[in-house]
Amino acid sequence: MSALSIDHLDVWFGSGADRTDAVRDVSLDVAVGESFGLVGESGSGKSTILRAITGLVPTWSGRMTVADEALGRRRSRAFYRNVQMVFQDPYGSLHPRQTVDRVLSEAMHLQGVTDIDTRMDRLLDDVGLGAGFRFRFPHQLSGGQRQRVAIARALACEPQILLLDEPTSALDVSVQAEILNLLVDLRAEHGLTYVMVSHDLGIVGHLCDRIAVMNQGQLIEVLDVEAMRRLEAQTPYTRHLLESSINSIR
Amino acid sequence: MTDAPLLDVENLWVRFPTRAGVFDAVRGLSFTLGRERLGIVGESGSGKSMTGRAVLRLIRPPGLIEADRLDLHGEDIRAASEKRMRALRGGRISMIMQDPKFSLNPVMTVGQQLIEALRAHERVSRHEARKRALATLDEVAIRDPERVLGLYPHEVSGGMGQRIMIAMMLLPDPDILVADEPTSALDVSVQLQVLDIIDKLVRDRGMGLMFISHDLNLVAKFCDRIVIMYSGRIVETCRADALRHAQHPYTLGLLNSVPDLEHPRARLEVLRRDPAWREAPSVSARQ
Repeated sequence: MSALSIDHLDVWFGSGADRTDAVRDVSLDVAVGESFGLVGESGSGKSTILRAITGLVPTWSGRMTVADEALGRRRSRAFYRNVQMVFQDPYGSLHPRQTVDRVLSEAMHLQGVTDIDTRMDRLLDDVGLGAGFRFRFPHQLSGGQRQRVAIARALACEPQILLLDEPTSALDVSVQAEILNLLVDLRAEHGLTYVMVSHDLGIVGHLCDRIAVMNQGQLIEVLDVEAMRRLEAQTPYTRHLLESSINSIR
Repeated sequence: MTDAPLLDVENLWVRFPTRAGVFDAVRGLSFTLGRERLGIVGESGSGKSMTGRAVLRLIRPPGLIEADRLDLHGEDIRAASEKRMRALRGGRISMIMQDPKFSLNPVMTVGQQLIEALRAHERVSRHEARKRALATLDEVAIRDPERVLGLYPHEVSGGMGQRIMIAMMLLPDPDILVADEPTSALDVSVQLQVLDIIDKLVRDRGMGLMFISHDLNLVAKFCDRIVIMYSGRIVETCRADALRHAQHPYTLGLLNSVPDLEHPRARLEVLRRDPAWREAPSVSARQ
């Protein structure tokens, strides 16, 4: 069964002469429990796909199905219970004047969770923060701790699918390692499905089973992580991407 | 190093007085820079950018710079006048910032900015300045420099913007280049290209490069010597090719926390910070 399936997706911005096609004819299928990576350079449309899935971009055509429910113009409440997103910048994605408690309880309240109090402590434990962080404001947290709160917020309504948009690119490598380990643990614990966008092939290779390479709005190639490690790319663009990524660390 | 270093720093402190007491961003740093590529690595908040800014005396008040020695070409710049500093900055020592989107003037064309940069330091005619600007753009591998001169910064891509920044910094022919995360705003495929250009120019012109980055692997590949900073001090310094033999647990922690495409591990190593690292005296990176 597929958790998420996208068929001939087009996404565009503007209209007439100003129209930019950000995503062109992309089809992909993510199985339940899979961890799927989307890589590409900036402007390749990888984040736009995530935004189209969550309904943050209204101008799209094609077919998108999440857990056998076809997506229309509007997303149902059940959809957001199923699918949650973690954004790139933990400094920008948390309200500066709301405590961790308020951020998380609002997310749970919206999904009709009743035992918010007990869930809160477990949620904070799950992301490795502990109850002591419950009444802190974002400015009292480090970047890594903020991203943990953002992950806790996404997990608040027990979703099946997490969309991760460069979740560690604003963090130091040492903190990045903590967050990546946390994501691995959470997936094993809750049986989550991940769709992760990143420009760092090392991270995608660490966390994902299958990887889709995008360039200029088009999906060029889907390969599994073993093939990627052996540098067995079919297209010259992917080969170039892999080589520059390997070269920059050698 | 046979000749005198381009830059000689001894016991550098950068302090910021705050309501809660004085915050020391850089705590007693000593290093020299010859005609070489020196990498400065550390996490955010380790003081690496502050070090880069301090050698240009670009710390804004109320921030303070203190040092036993801060020599640029043997000239003590601790007490140099602002006028003298303006001549030195750009003229002898230049800085490339992280993001070209914020360091280029959005309402001037590329050409105007390049020519202004050159004419601020040398008495040259407009015509001559334009010719040199074109030649430098060509050096940073920009195709069709004539057209690019007439463009505004929003009309160029990130990688091109960064190459324009490099061209601008190199026009007055400085001999020290401070590059503060010059490629972290760029895509991997463009990163290499920009690094190659910096590398080539630094070699060809025999400049000294201070390369500030959080990416230890990148620095190891690109530099001759590496300084590893932790909370305002140097914890370890080594030759880039000897990084694999690094001793300090912090350096090892940084190295092992990066996911590696070719050598997958089930779990990434997480850095266990030892409070003693903060208190250990700064290692000197003078040569």
